[in-house]
Amino acid sequence: MNSFPFSDWIVAAIFIGCIAITVTGALIAACTKRIIRSVCGLAIASLGLAGLFYFLNSPFLALMEILIYIGAVCVTIIFGVMLTEPDEAAPENFTKPFPVIAPLVSLAIGAGVFLGIAKLSLSVNWQAPATVVSDGSIKDIGIRLLTTYSVPFELVSLVLLVAILGALVIARSGRTKE
Amino acid sequence: MNPAQLYTQPAAYLVVAAFLLATGIYGLIRRRTLIGMLISGELIFAAASLNFMALNRFTAPDRSVGQIAVLFIMGLAAAEVAITLSIIIAVYRNYRSIASKDLNELKG
Repeated sequence: MNSFPFSDWIVAAIFIGCIAITVTGALIAACTKRIIRSVCGLAIASLGLAGLFYFLNSPFLALMEILIYIGAVCVTIIFGVMLTEPDEAAPENFTKPFPVIAPLVSLAIGAGVFLGIAKLSLSVNWQAPATVVSDGSIKDIGIRLLTTYSVPFELVSLVLLVAILGALVIARSGRTKE
Repeated sequence: MNPAQLYTQPAAYLVVAAFLLATGIYGLIRRRTLIGMLISGELIFAAASLNFMALNRFTAPDRSVGQIAVLFIMGLAAAEVAITLSIIIAVYRNYRSIASKDLNELKG
């Protein structure tokens, strides 16, 4: 495996790059002013997350992450941005009720959640399993989805169908009144 | 700990997932429009997916279950986005705004 020079350092650099892409995308998604940049931040974070899934021995989920999140979810949100006007300018007489306290409180809540969970996950000594009963290959996932998990699989497809029909009904109902 | 072996440590993935969760909660509090809150919710979904995958890869004997669970999370997130965007469009049609401070009436 180590025939190529510095191959483990290259792998580590790619891993740290994936983490950096994920963190940067999440920060862009949460902190920018314009909503379209926030959607782009979500796409960048999904790309980094796909890389992390690849490092977790799951190229199937890496592909699905790119297909579903970047290809479907972000494009759908961009359609929502086009159909509404989320970047409306604030009226002149509008004053923020808590101009100093509100950012500090939300930042404190976010930092508290992050530091608490990070400290918890760093303090636990995670034990590797004694035996591995399944290697998690794509073939094994396919067999499981059609045998053991066939009922949840069909239920998810039913949920998607109902969601599409419900979205059509809800988005269309106001149009007939006008 | 050798930094070249960082990707074999479950804590690295869990810290990234905690950061995604914290960013999602921060955005959910700070955003003033419904679409911004939806994007922050997607970040929280991503944090949950990464937690499932990391714990399944490093601590569970069966390595397929976590991938199947994350696949179901992705399907439910896609359905949630479709429903939420149609609700947002219906709200925009009634209120001409999707800022959360304008949506203060229960009676239509």
